[in-house]
Amino acid sequence: MALLKRLRYWSYLAGSGDIARRYFVVNGFDGALTMLGLVTGFHFSGTEDLKLMLSGCVGAAVALGISGISSAYLSESAEQRRALTELEEAMVSDLSDSEHANAAKTLPVLVAMANGLAPMLLSILIISPLWLAQAGVPLPLQPLLLSILLALGSIFFLGAFLGSVGGTSWLVSGVKTLLIAGITMGLIMLI
Amino acid sequence: MHRVKRLVLDVLKPHTPNVLDFSRHLAEHGSHRVKTCVVEMDDKTETLQLVIEGEDIDFEGIQQAISENGASLHSIDEVEIEGSETEADADSD
Repeated sequence: MALLKRLRYWSYLAGSGDIARRYFVVNGFDGALTMLGLVTGFHFSGTEDLKLMLSGCVGAAVALGISGISSAYLSESAEQRRALTELEEAMVSDLSDSEHANAAKTLPVLVAMANGLAPMLLSILIISPLWLAQAGVPLPLQPLLLSILLALGSIFFLGAFLGSVGGTSWLVSGVKTLLIAGITMGLIMLI
Repeated sequence: MHRVKRLVLDVLKPHTPNVLDFSRHLAEHGSHRVKTCVVEMDDKTETLQLVIEGEDIDFEGIQQAISENGASLHSIDEVEIEGSETEADADSD
């Protein structure tokens, strides 16, 4: 069985496809909103020290990624182990050589990667204007403003994705998540 | 020399993979026809009666496919085997 086919089959056996997607969106949203908070804070503080801003944002992105990978791996592997044990009890047999056991071992890793990589990748995208500005690349807008726009775009994309997955309007869902981002920015401005 | 032509097996399997996918996996282990009938359905498991028909059924392959899919073979309920005399057998007679 080709690797992709096997992964799809294991995902089907363990019902992890939906879980990975959910984790991707939830933690991706966490990452995008955290970066939005950081760059908005930097913008309103008036700081122009790109190195300081990048250090803060990269630190947060790495922490979000590690937190996402470890928390999802620990919880998902415990869930999969429990499900396998229950199945073994129902079957009254050892399933350690079955595809169910392979799925229980492999899928927590994939779910953890989805959970950890989503905030990291979105964070890298959001802070990319800061990197470009530091490298001397001319930008059409201030790097922090561009980062805020990219964060809002990512948050809208995640909302729209959720809307299309849920079979509702992607536009309404995207606007809802943008509203949450707007409230977050408003609160940061007040502080 | 003999060839297994038909087997009727009693198998217990989890709900996933479903009967269709499970039968597909068994059918992939050789060129035989698989007929699956759900005999009993429980909370987490289902009991199946598998009828496998072919020209030369690879029983070990079938057994392996059953256990790979998390199922267990409970009993072999029917067997149909065809014997055939080889040239060596005929010479020794």
